[in-house]
Parts: sequence; structure tokens; C-alpha cells
Amino acid sequence: MKASLMITCLGDLLFPEVGVAMVTLLRRLGVEVDFPEGQTCCGMPLFNSGYHAGAAEVAARTVRLFEASEHVVVPSGSCAWMVKTEFPGLLKHDPALRAAAERLAAKTRELSQFLVEVLRVDRIESSFKGTVTYHDSCHLLRGLGESAAARKLLKSLRGVELVELPEADQCCGFGGSFSVRLPDVSTAILDKKLANVERTGADCLVACDAGCLMQMGGGLSRRGSRVRALHLAQILAGEDKG
Amino acid sequence: MSDEALKVSFPKRAGAALKDAFLQEALTIATTKFIELRRESFAGFPQGEALRDRARGIKEATLQRLDFYLGQLADSVERLGGRVHWAATGEEARETVLRLCRDRGVRMAVKSKSMATEEIDLNEALERAGVTPVETDLGEYIIQLAHEKPSHIIAPAIHKTKGQVAELFSKELHGQFAADPEVLTAVARKALREKFLQADMGITGANFAVAETGTVVLVTNEGNGRMVTSLPRIHVAVMGMEKVIPSMTDLMVFLAILARSATGQKLSSYTTLVRGPRQPGELEGPEEFHLILMDNGRSRQIAGTLREALYCLRCGACLNVCPVYRQIGGHAYGYTYPGPIGILLTAMLKGNASVKDLAHASSLCGACKDVCPVRIDIPRMLIELREQLDREKIAPWTERTVFTLAALILKSPALFRAAAAAGRLLQRPFLRNGRVRSLPLLFARWTATRDLPPVASKTFTERWKEMK
Repeated sequence: MKASLMITCLGDLLFPEVGVAMVTLLRRLGVEVDFPEGQTCCGMPLFNSGYHAGAAEVAARTVRLFEASEHVVVPSGSCAWMVKTEFPGLLKHDPALRAAAERLAAKTRELSQFLVEVLRVDRIESSFKGTVTYHDSCHLLRGLGESAAARKLLKSLRGVELVELPEADQCCGFGGSFSVRLPDVSTAILDKKLANVERTGADCLVACDAGCLMQMGGGLSRRGSRVRALHLAQILAGEDKG
Repeated sequence: MSDEALKVSFPKRAGAALKDAFLQEALTIATTKFIELRRESFAGFPQGEALRDRARGIKEATLQRLDFYLGQLADSVERLGGRVHWAATGEEARETVLRLCRDRGVRMAVKSKSMATEEIDLNEALERAGVTPVETDLGEYIIQLAHEKPSHIIAPAIHKTKGQVAELFSKELHGQFAADPEVLTAVARKALREKFLQADMGITGANFAVAETGTVVLVTNEGNGRMVTSLPRIHVAVMGMEKVIPSMTDLMVFLAILARSATGQKLSSYTTLVRGPRQPGELEGPEEFHLILMDNGRSRQIAGTLREALYCLRCGACLNVCPVYRQIGGHAYGYTYPGPIGILLTAMLKGNASVKDLAHASSLCGACKDVCPVRIDIPRMLIELREQLDREKIAPWTERTVFTLAALILKSPALFRAAAAAGRLLQRPFLRNGRVRSLPLLFARWTATRDLPPVASKTFTERWKEMK
């Protein structure tokens, strides 16, 4: 099977190790991974703030980049949601582009969904050891309706114990530009989240979205917590592979 | 909120709320409880999901023929001997109530909880006209005594702890009362009983009004709505025109999900159905019944961006689950309707300029849409509202410039690479142990409370070349 990696802006610039872990993992599972060059961003920051003309242009170029792909795998639930639910509408004025956007939407999956739905993986071997807890990212959970895939994969790991996070379904307070428009409110929401994380006693906080990981990881390291925020791919690949 | 209070910017109002320890305690306890109760209620109600779809369908179909159903409602009410008043604006609705008070010598009006009357600042207008309004819902009574506004659609005093209420009652009602909800309720009950008997007019809102039968429906938990509509000689109901529903069968659908969404109850303790004034042979009920059908910005949105906000049942479920509301409470929003739905309703009633900041008071987490009994897509409408703010140039020019630049960069891989390189260079002085701990300017809004991962020494695009 062939799959293209959509790295996303945060993945490319701030979390390249997540992309590396994804490639390692997917290759181990027998997937032939390619990486269409010239990727930037899905356009969600523009879209969410109401700059829809710009978002449409970014969407159009993303659609063209992945035209030839068989499957597209994304490390962030929010970007996958953007591609799957918003691209066709943004490009509705150009019938050919819209049709291409719908094809892209159909073949795009967030990583945990790709592993479980497309590859039908139900157990994974990884060198990672420790106690982990899982945060449901809003767009993956409520936007794409997925809460089971990542948990299933984490539970399948021999060296990993998954502890449920209280209020796992509540927002971490990131929200893209929300985090800098209302930094105090964003941080107050984050503090609640991190208090819950620390209550679990886990060594590691896992999520499937670079935005949430930037927010929660940034909060954990600022408070000098021993808990590390890692992407699902890093756990599944064995984090030293990042 | 007063215009004076609105002079403080929204971020400052929100910041003050975050520092209010009483507010934080009260909000956490109450919203957590509401969330649990709702969840349990729907968990034991498998048909709930289908009923939510049906309720949404009814709202949608009713809006398609709103003029017809409003006409039918007016006919039904007048057939029962009631009077119907059409109010294009809040001002007209207010004037109608004041005129009725003047013409009929009303000195005191008891009120059942109503957001529609909050929307038009009716209490202040009544006071100026020499009529004493008395709120009879316990929560509303508390905030009236405290000279405040509701901070939640169904729990107006949610921002107060029981200790604060005990203090307030002790001061205003002259006594020493314990911080015990039962004691405090009994105190309010006694004070209010006299008012019910003195009042000349009862004022209510309407949760629903049934077009076919002319029935005004009030959903309450304290029974005060029933007293307000039966004891005084005049009953005036003020309702937003989108509250009309076609039939009693439709009403059953809404009643099955409204209380579950709001408080987790199967039904509220009292569901009061009012049909016009007292009929010959009836023992109770008012001599006169007036229904005020208020537009106040609503009809403009029937074909507008905010159309779905007209489905709102005012259950408050979206407030309880909203991470922003749960942190800052209702007053910080600054207008009658708080929370995610409140932002949309404020835009509807007061125009887009009033939500310049509020439109961004959401992380777009989608929890509101998930719990809305009629599945209003609040996040989508917030995004559309933001789009309008950009198009109408209400968004500040600085922000528009930043996003125009961002669009340029994201459209061009070359510029994207250049921006990454620039970031890598500029971040150097701020790196500590591989983390960015403080940045100047706009970036400080992030780094004041959170570390930032640095722009990687090799981006993934660069690392891919080694992995091929």
C-alpha cells in the first residue's frame, strides 16, 4: 500500500520528529510512504479567523499537491478535519477543484484512524515503555467522531499502561489564534487540563494533534513537570526513533 | 451590562473574571454538575438522539413559514380573548408594556424568569415609569436584590456562592440567615408570597407558543411561573417571534429534550400551559392576556448567516460545556446572552460591531454543538461571523495585515522556507535548554505562560531528503 504524508505546518517546522516517527512506523507496517514536496499548511489558521479567500488559495494548492496520492495520512486531527470537511466548501466555485477536493477528502485520514480503519492494525510492537494518558483533541473527537482508535493502539502495546485522563474530552485551550488572542483564558483552560494530567500519575501525555501538543507540552515544560507530551506516532514507533 | 461596564475591553473583563475566586468556585461546581446531569439524563434515553433531529427539523420547517405560523398564533390567541401586539424592535416591546401599565394603573408587576425581557431591559424601564418589578424566580430574585444581571440563561445567579447569597439576603431582607439553600429559599418564598398578592400585572416570557392552539408554554422549576400567570389581573407574555411552534405534538418533542439538556430532568417540575385570559366559568386566571411578539433583529437573520441561532431553545447547555464560559462566566461577555450561543445572539440583536472581540471568544472546540438539543452548528457560525468581521473591515487593520501576510507565506513554499529560516535565526537569543521561554511583541502572549518548541534545526522537509 502507498500513502502520502501530509506533514502540516506545525509538524514540518516545530515537530519534525513526529513526521520521522510516522514514516518509521508506516514503513514498519509495510506502507510505501511518499512526501509530496512543496507542502506548507492546510490553511486552517486563515479559515478559522475568517480569512476565507486566503484559506481557499492554500486549500487549492494542497488539493493539487496530493492529486496523485492513493492515501493521505495526517498527524493532526484538526488538519485532517479541515481537509475532509472544509476544503470542498471552500473550493465550491470551481467545479473541477471542488471535485478534486472531494476526492482528497475521501482519501485523507488522521494517523490513528488510518492505522485502524485503513491498515486494520489491532496491535503494534514498540520499544516504548511507561504509563501514558490520552487527551482527546477536539477536532478528532467531535469533528471526526474518533475516540477509540488511539486508545485501542495504546492498549495493544506490551510495555505501556494507559490510564484514563479525567475530562479527557475537554479542550486544552489551544484553539489556534485563540491561544494568543485571549492568552489568559487559554492558559486557565490549560491549567485545568494539566491538573487532570498530573492527577493520573502518567509519565507521558499522548495526543493526535500538533496544536494540542504545542499547548499542553508548552504548559508542562513551563511548570517543570516530569510529564512529557508526545505524539501517538512517537509512542508507536518507539520514541528513540523520532 | 451598562454601557459604562462595556468601556472596559472584553479581554480585561475576562481577565478580571479569572481572578475572581468566588466566581471560579461557583462556576466550576455548577457547570460540572450540569454537565453530569445532562449526560446521565441522555444516557438513559436512547430515543433522545432521534428526538433532537426531529426537534431541529421542526424549527427549520417553522422558520420556512414563520409568517404563516405567527399569523395562526395571533388568530388563536385573539379567538381566546387575548390581545396580540407586534413589536418590530425592543423599544416597541418595552413601550407596549409601559402603555399597558399606564392605561391600567399598574403599580407593581411580578415577573417569571424571562430572557426576552432582559434583552429589552424591561425592569429598568418599569422602574423609571414608577412601576415596581419583582422577579420571582429565585435566581432572578437574588440578582435583582444584588442589582446585577443574569450570568447564565437558565441559572441567572450561577456566579454566586451560597455564602454570598446568605450575606445578600441578610443585608437586604434584614435578618441573619445561614448559608443553607433550604433556609434561603424559605426566606425568599416568604418575601415573594406577599408580592404575588399585591401585584397588578404578571410578566412572563415564553419557552414556546403553539400556533394551532394559542398556548403559551412556560417551563419552570419553582412554580412561580404559574403564580405569575394566575394571580395578578393582567398577564403579559413577551416572546421572541422565533419561539412559535406549529402544534401540541411538536411541543411534546421539545419538552422531551429541553429539560434534559438544561438540568438533566426528564421534565421540569412545572410545565405551565396558558391559553388566553380567564374564560367564563373558570375559577382562576387573569382578566386580560397580552402576547407581545418581538422581532428585534430576528427576522433579518431568517435568510442570514445566523439563521440557525433562531432554533435556540435557551436551555443553556452550550454554556455549561464551553471551556471559555466555564472560566469567565456570563458577565464578562457583557451582553444579555452569554456563552457561545450568546455571541451569535448578540450579533443578531446588536450588530456585528458589538462582537468584534467576542467572535473570537471560542477555541472552536465544538462541545457546544455536541450538546445543543437542536444541534445548532455554533462553531461554524462563529467562523462565518469572523469572516464577516474581516469583510466588513470591523476586524482591526493590524489583524487583517497579519493574516494577509500569513496567506502570502502559506501560498508559497519558497516564502514558507524563508520564514522558517528567519524564525530559526531570530529565536536564537531566546533559546534555553532547547525551549523558547520568552519572546517579545505578539509572541509574548504565548510565552508569558507557556514554552514554545523552537523552529527545528532541520524541518521535516529537510529531514525527508535523508529518509527517502
